[in-house]
Amino acid sequence: MKEYLLGNAAIARGILEAGAGVVTSYPGTPASEIVESLAPVSKEYNLHIEWSVNEKVALEVAIGASWTGVRSAAVMKHVGLNVAADPFMTLAYTGVKGGLVVISSDDPFCHSSQNEQDSRRYALFACIPCLDPADPQEAKDMTVYAFELSEELELPVLLRPTTRVSHARADVDVGKGKTKKSTTSHEFVKNPARWVALPAHARTRHSVLIEKQDAINAALENSPWNRLVLRGELGVIASGISGLYAEEAIERLESDVSILRIGTFPPPDDLCAEFFKHVSKVLIIEELEPVLEEYVERAAREHNPELEILGKNTGHIPRDGELDSLIARNAIADMLELTHTMEEPQSMTEADEILPPRPPALCPGCSHRAAYYAMKQVFGTDAVFPSDIGCYTLAVDMGTVDTCLCMGASINLASGIRFGGEDKDICCSIGDSTFLHNGMPGLLNAVYNNAKITVTILDNLTTAMTGHQPHPGTGVTATGDKTKSVSIEALANVLGADFVETVDPYDLNATLETFRKAKECQGLSVVIAKQACITNAIRAGVRRKPFRVNDNCVGCRECVDFGCPAIEFHEDRARINSLCTGCGVCAQICPSEAIEEVVNVK
Amino acid sequence: MRTSECCDIVVAGVGGQGVILLSNIIGKAAVKEGSPVRAAETHGMAQRGGSVITHIRLGCKFGPLVPVGGADILLGLEPAEALRYAHYLSKGGIALVNTNPVLPSTVTTGRAKYPPLDEILAPLRRICSDVKTLDATKLAANAGNPQAMNVVMLGALSKYMPLREEIVIESLRESVPAKFLEVNRRAFELGKIEME
Repeated sequence: MKEYLLGNAAIARGILEAGAGVVTSYPGTPASEIVESLAPVSKEYNLHIEWSVNEKVALEVAIGASWTGVRSAAVMKHVGLNVAADPFMTLAYTGVKGGLVVISSDDPFCHSSQNEQDSRRYALFACIPCLDPADPQEAKDMTVYAFELSEELELPVLLRPTTRVSHARADVDVGKGKTKKSTTSHEFVKNPARWVALPAHARTRHSVLIEKQDAINAALENSPWNRLVLRGELGVIASGISGLYAEEAIERLESDVSILRIGTFPPPDDLCAEFFKHVSKVLIIEELEPVLEEYVERAAREHNPELEILGKNTGHIPRDGELDSLIARNAIADMLELTHTMEEPQSMTEADEILPPRPPALCPGCSHRAAYYAMKQVFGTDAVFPSDIGCYTLAVDMGTVDTCLCMGASINLASGIRFGGEDKDICCSIGDSTFLHNGMPGLLNAVYNNAKITVTILDNLTTAMTGHQPHPGTGVTATGDKTKSVSIEALANVLGADFVETVDPYDLNATLETFRKAKECQGLSVVIAKQACITNAIRAGVRRKPFRVNDNCVGCRECVDFGCPAIEFHEDRARINSLCTGCGVCAQICPSEAIEEVVNVK
Repeated sequence: MRTSECCDIVVAGVGGQGVILLSNIIGKAAVKEGSPVRAAETHGMAQRGGSVITHIRLGCKFGPLVPVGGADILLGLEPAEALRYAHYLSKGGIALVNTNPVLPSTVTTGRAKYPPLDEILAPLRRICSDVKTLDATKLAANAGNPQAMNVVMLGALSKYMPLREEIVIESLRESVPAKFLEVNRRAFELGKIEME
């Protein structure tokens, strides 16, 4: 039966069809919908799913499950694999018992990410197999295969979808989900030589891993994910979704170019050798790093030293951003020396000239805006404001986001900027989920090493940016069940901050006062600006009375500069539009008492 | 349309206008027809009130991205966003544009200007010989809810895409809450009639 499925939902179906028992993840675009798709059915399938505290934790929990013999998956975005890299690398030595699939979604073009690193490099680095799906159907089918391959090799397998697979939709042929056999109890069987990575064991396991490389090659050589079509003596080799771009381009060009589509890393040696012997010139099409290209350069030396290789190194294919069929078409046309390539897109220069920018922005009534406003009032524009990863990074125009590097970096950058010799006030900001993910060690470090900084935890009681997933501070699990709720204030206190105060950022005066006290603190101060994410609040039925501008308005623009999308400026006066959620912060900012609550709301 | 089965559509709009819901109704209808379909969506950071684009490729077995210069139909849920993504249109493509603007915060705060409608439509008409405009937001309000603007546009689109109307309506019925179905049916009809 065919269903119209998001790539991530298709991967979730693959996890169910493989009969996995444990799936762990930290939310991250473009990977978040995998666990979200599993949540409604996890109990029916006797599947433990969790939002883990971070990706390292997620992978380690999945490893523990695998070592009891159950199939498990750890799901993350590409940069999450950096966080999980420590267990990931040694897991290749210890190996797995139940099939373990690491799903790391890459994001070419940085649609929602701070970099566009290539997860295939990680698989090569760890010497484990990597599968590179081209579309949602293949993503689902490869997921099932990945569990089987993992068990066969006793190695973790990396599945690497990209944004245009994870967030693509397509008609997908779905099979039946398997229920994990609840009657069989899985147990951890002690085996120190495997599960204890002491140096003596690790040396042995490294040899085992090296010996397994032939088995990896043999398994992938016979897998259905690499497809060869021999036609003319010019050829294209393309990886993952680039294979589809190449096929479309070849069809549109009506050319007889030979094509080898690659879905596995390492690539299949025999199939590649056959291809290299058939063609005289080859174009390598792949997104991001020249992983396939470097393989071809190496392998062609043996099978066809005369082979002319085009790709990133010759400038035919860009190494950054994402590809599409147009880029593939132009590169193939160039190889074919076709002078009449595709028509250039029609010139639309005036679009750039006349259209107003429409950047993503904090929502109307977002409490982060209010917290940042108060922070800037107290610390001034000269202070240094390291920030972190979350919705609040969108406030970069407010002047309170001076840095954004990776999850949890804000507190450590603040410390380093202080120790580097910066004398000005330093007030960093980090979201609640990000603080729990990786911010806690930073706060501990800052306390321990006497960094005089202010840490603002922007607590909106959710992981908002990635789609409002719960975290340990919310008292709810991935399945919506109640659990313990961890107090961020208690954590800040126990980690040793000299000053900790929680304030509601909708209360402007109180927030200003708290920031003043934090600024005056001689040690390390923590301000927790706590107010539920407005989008979540509205979904939960919270309705506040909206505000309006009265005749007292003198057009000073103080409220407009606050930057809320609900506040407009027309003909020398402010106006509040229908987007107002009633947070009331602008009324507290207005120096003329010109903003008031609408009393009679229908 | 390139062929009777193959049709590339680009939907442009603003986060919150229901771009993804609209695209999903089309995609599900294609699956009901037994036709292959590929689509690409904007999620995450870019969604927060920013400009949003989805690609829908009916009858397609390749990648989900409509190549620049390849769209048979550009469905603009907002005029400025229609122009922003107009370079996706193929020569001979059709543009269906909702004329009701949504002002970005850069405009409401006085940092940028929103051009008059005819200044937006003029360059669009230069590259596209078939631009059809409608005030879909007003039509949706007439149908009972301005939020149903996306379904007005779906009704307009139904005249041009190679999917049977009854299948699109069946997909619509399965995609919206039952209590809003009547409003949405009216919105669909109004959009369709506008194209006749």
